[in-house]
Amino acid sequence: MTDITSRTEAALAAIGAATSLDALEAERLETLGKKGWVSLALKTLGGMSPEERTAAAPAIQSARAAIAEALDAKKAALEAAALEEQLARETVDLTLPAPAAPKGSVHPVSQVMDELAEIFADLGFAVATGPEIEDDWHNFTALNMDETHPARAMHDTFYFPDKTAEGKDVLLRTHTSPVQIRAMLAEGAPIRIIAPGRVYRSDSDATHTPMFHQVEGLVIDRDIHLGHLKWTLETFFKAFFEREDITLRLRPSYFPFTEPSVEVDVGYSNEGGRRVVGGHGDAPGHAWMELGGSGMVNARVLEFAGLDPTEWQGFAFGLGIDRIAMLKYGMNDLRAFFDGDGRWLAHYGFSPFDQPTLSAGVGARA
Amino acid sequence: MKFSLIWLKDYLETTATVSEICDALNAIGLEVEGVEDPAEKLAGFRIAHVLTAARHPDADKLQVLTVDTGDGQPLQVVCGAPNARAGMKGVLGLPGATVPANGMVLRKSAIRGVESNGMMCSTRELELGDDHDGIIELPEDAPVGTSFADYNGSDPVIEVAVTPNRPDCMGVYGIARDLAAKGLGTLKPIAMPAFSAAGACPVEIRTDDPEGCPAFYGRVVKGVKNGPSPDWLQARLKSAGQRPISLLVDLTNFLMLGFGRPAHAYDLAKLSGAVVARRAKDGEQCQALNEKTYTLDAEMMVIADDKGVHDIAGIMGGEHSGVQDDTTDVLLEIAYFNPARIGATGRKLGLSSDARTRFERGVDPEFLDQGLDLLTGLIVELAGGTPSEVVRAGSPPIAPKVVAFDPGHTLRLGGVDVSETEQQRILESLGFTVAADWNVTCPPRRHDIEGPADLVEEVVRIHGLDKVASVALPRAEGVARPTATPQQKLERGLRRAAAASGLNEAVTWSFLPEWAANHFSDGNDTPWVLANPISEDMKAMRTALLPGLLMAAKRNADRGAASSRLFEIGRRYFRGQGGLSDERPTLGIVLAGEKTPRGWQGGKAKPFDAYDAKALALQLLEAAGAPVANLMVMGEAGSQFHPGQSATLRLGPKVVLARFGMVHPATLKAFDVDGPIAAVELFLDAIPAKKGAAFARPSFTPPALQAVTRDFAFLVPATLAAGDLVRSVQGADKASITGVRVFDVFAGQGVPEGHKSIAVEVTLQPGEASFKDADLKAISEKVVAAAAKLGGELR
Repeated sequence: MTDITSRTEAALAAIGAATSLDALEAERLETLGKKGWVSLALKTLGGMSPEERTAAAPAIQSARAAIAEALDAKKAALEAAALEEQLARETVDLTLPAPAAPKGSVHPVSQVMDELAEIFADLGFAVATGPEIEDDWHNFTALNMDETHPARAMHDTFYFPDKTAEGKDVLLRTHTSPVQIRAMLAEGAPIRIIAPGRVYRSDSDATHTPMFHQVEGLVIDRDIHLGHLKWTLETFFKAFFEREDITLRLRPSYFPFTEPSVEVDVGYSNEGGRRVVGGHGDAPGHAWMELGGSGMVNARVLEFAGLDPTEWQGFAFGLGIDRIAMLKYGMNDLRAFFDGDGRWLAHYGFSPFDQPTLSAGVGARA
Repeated sequence: MKFSLIWLKDYLETTATVSEICDALNAIGLEVEGVEDPAEKLAGFRIAHVLTAARHPDADKLQVLTVDTGDGQPLQVVCGAPNARAGMKGVLGLPGATVPANGMVLRKSAIRGVESNGMMCSTRELELGDDHDGIIELPEDAPVGTSFADYNGSDPVIEVAVTPNRPDCMGVYGIARDLAAKGLGTLKPIAMPAFSAAGACPVEIRTDDPEGCPAFYGRVVKGVKNGPSPDWLQARLKSAGQRPISLLVDLTNFLMLGFGRPAHAYDLAKLSGAVVARRAKDGEQCQALNEKTYTLDAEMMVIADDKGVHDIAGIMGGEHSGVQDDTTDVLLEIAYFNPARIGATGRKLGLSSDARTRFERGVDPEFLDQGLDLLTGLIVELAGGTPSEVVRAGSPPIAPKVVAFDPGHTLRLGGVDVSETEQQRILESLGFTVAADWNVTCPPRRHDIEGPADLVEEVVRIHGLDKVASVALPRAEGVARPTATPQQKLERGLRRAAAASGLNEAVTWSFLPEWAANHFSDGNDTPWVLANPISEDMKAMRTALLPGLLMAAKRNADRGAASSRLFEIGRRYFRGQGGLSDERPTLGIVLAGEKTPRGWQGGKAKPFDAYDAKALALQLLEAAGAPVANLMVMGEAGSQFHPGQSATLRLGPKVVLARFGMVHPATLKAFDVDGPIAAVELFLDAIPAKKGAAFARPSFTPPALQAVTRDFAFLVPATLAAGDLVRSVQGADKASITGVRVFDVFAGQGVPEGHKSIAVEVTLQPGEASFKDADLKAISEKVVAAAAKLGGELR
């Protein structure tokens, strides 16, 4: 009896003193293993009489329970310590840089074209396209600029030496207006389209590049007048710049393809060396800035496009996409648009997730 | 078109200020491009009285002056002008003033050790003339201390842009007429100086081509005395930016700038025989006033006499027959030329002039006699002489156009309600005649009026565009309908997918240097080349997006960028049917420089390789909705690619959806850019459109049983494409094999020469029942057999 008690105490002490799982295992074999003294003691119970067994069993059983519990506890403690030690070894320096994922971007011209499409879709305009290498009939003649028209000279046209099969001159379109003609010929009236795209003029200085982007707008219906044109442009600019204080000024002008023709100015102020659109151009600290040309489609253009001008009338406008992009997003050099400078693209470009939507606002703030 | 306020007021009785006039000009469509007020330029310049003048102690050519500027405190000024002397009056620029001629800001300074408090100015320094021999000398009664601008009379100059449809406003008088209609004042009648003409014109005048020159009028004035023009005339011409030349020349310019009416004065002594407007003979030459010689053809009009060509008609006078200072007898010419012919001639010769600008847009056909009389009267008044009667050949087209107008059209088209009386007033003030039935007769000078819309424009621009109210476009019921076409959706989606893949969108020129375009044009697709490029660098239309992106990548590398990941969505330009273009939407990608920089984890920097290009090509094609699983990797990416590291992705053997790979070293060299560079082009027009796709997806039916994988390693000939092995294995048991993935490729030790080992993981998907050992064994045998067909041997 005393023997069991003292051996148990010795075993518990040894378990407590074990410093490794191996040592603990050795102690387990010594006690609870097949040949361990506790196991052997338990086996002796089978050869005893019931009375002897009743007397001897509790001591052996409790020794086994105590040792088993101690073994489990010690094992858990040792494992926890070992894990802790392993984790300590696995420590990394998280101030070291993580691998960088390259960040892509969308060009401001594309972003603004998407914004245009989104806003004008709400007003019922579809997006139309046409070729950039045009013939002079679509680019000039059908827009009421015959061969001798002085306005042709204003366009600084790039020509190709080629002729079409019909003998027409081939050129780079000087404006997006030929898309009007193509759209009316293809779809007839009524029609509401915008036509964004590349246009070309032989002109190069700080504010002009030989290639740039325009968006054409065209509405033809039975009773469209200048007031609708004004509303459409106002509504567009309010949505585009996301400000209610957009003020437009229409000025009489001349384009062969519209009559009456109006130039569209918008009021702006200078803030921190930048033009900020908004307010009345005649208000203190404000001025007017030209945004584009527009007017009521000339009756001759309607005829060229196969529509009866006594039945249909409407308006057209043209805006510089690069220019309104610069105004909205603060670029100041048009030439940089076409350079592909990675630094510029990263600075002025847009996240792919800045998809313009009406509900979130079409613009993407810095 | 520039003119001074004083000149405008010669024709317009008005009390309006400059700013009111400018506002009105803008409002009626004569856009003000600038107002130059000489008073602003001359701020800080005052009339000064030189009290004393003494030699500078240290400089022979300088004097030290004391000058009185009227405030009782004489200033010391150092001056180098030889005419500076005590007692004279001149113009002193005070410290702070800016010298107009050179932009120099005056400061108090020391000149050779003597303090100077300003500068006595010459006329050239104040941009008032060319004289720089001495300082300005003012009359004795000039009020000392007064601002010189006030004393000199400041006459603001207004510059307006006249649109090509308004040649009637290419003279100051026409602008005055428009302003009067706007209510800015009253148009004065043209003051006609009286003269008496005597005798028939001694020179015969003819027009031999009435189509090109319908009317040619002339008159001789004998005994004139040419010389400098009077100040009033010089001042007006200068305000228009025209240099005064001589009285006779200046008066013709005055008629042109004041009344939009070009005319010409010949030195009669240099003419011989009849003066004729005729077609030039092919190859005939004319030495024009600009001292250049032009070779003419039979489509061009000239003014010639017995001896030869004097004028390129309507565009520029001749060098030899123009008036000189000693001219005494002149032939005045005033003609009407066919505007289209003048424009064509000017374009063909590349010759512009003030006369051409007016003739090609259309001068007033009713202003020949009056213009000639006005010019004659002014010559007689200022240069003397005896004028002959007018001789007239032909007659100008003055039949007026009549437009049947409905005043209601102004509201229907212009969107503004203007009373009929006001509409009538506006039209009449512009020279139109309005009949009771609203038939409107147009003044012949208004070549731009064609129909009712033009009259609406006249009414609305004078009434005021600001009075047009905004009216909402009618709106379709409900939420706006989608408008984008499949192509537009494709491009939008691809753009954002490419950007999300870490690429930066660039927009590069559609035109390239010819060598760059040619480098990328394979065989038949000769690039479109411009006849009149703006520079050699922007000459040929691109047939690929890569050259522009390669050049951008080079610029980035030259700026020190470690890498460029650029893409562009744009068109490639080919030749299409009937001489028209065939423009194909394309996405180009260039990956240059480092894919990953050197790093603590990865070691050395890694360049891009062909698999980066392949990954992007497939990923973006998938984003574009292309059937990526069915694509074949084939060759022939083009000579601009590394022949062993490039490929095309095709749908069937012919339809190429993309090409990708490493750029050929020769291409890198041609573009002077460092490699390696990987590149991709997706041909968006070749991607088949999705047909009949619905919103609802097919039902989701995950397999009931789990898939198992088996690995196989095959020894195959080194030349075997892994893709062929994969396709072959894939086809070994189509019912069970749902995936084959290469996970190891190895050659070298342990692999026989001329061979390589390819290890694939084959995914097997059980159907109704789990695979039994026998099933797996059978499939394995089929896989091995499939590989064996390609020379593969299980390792």
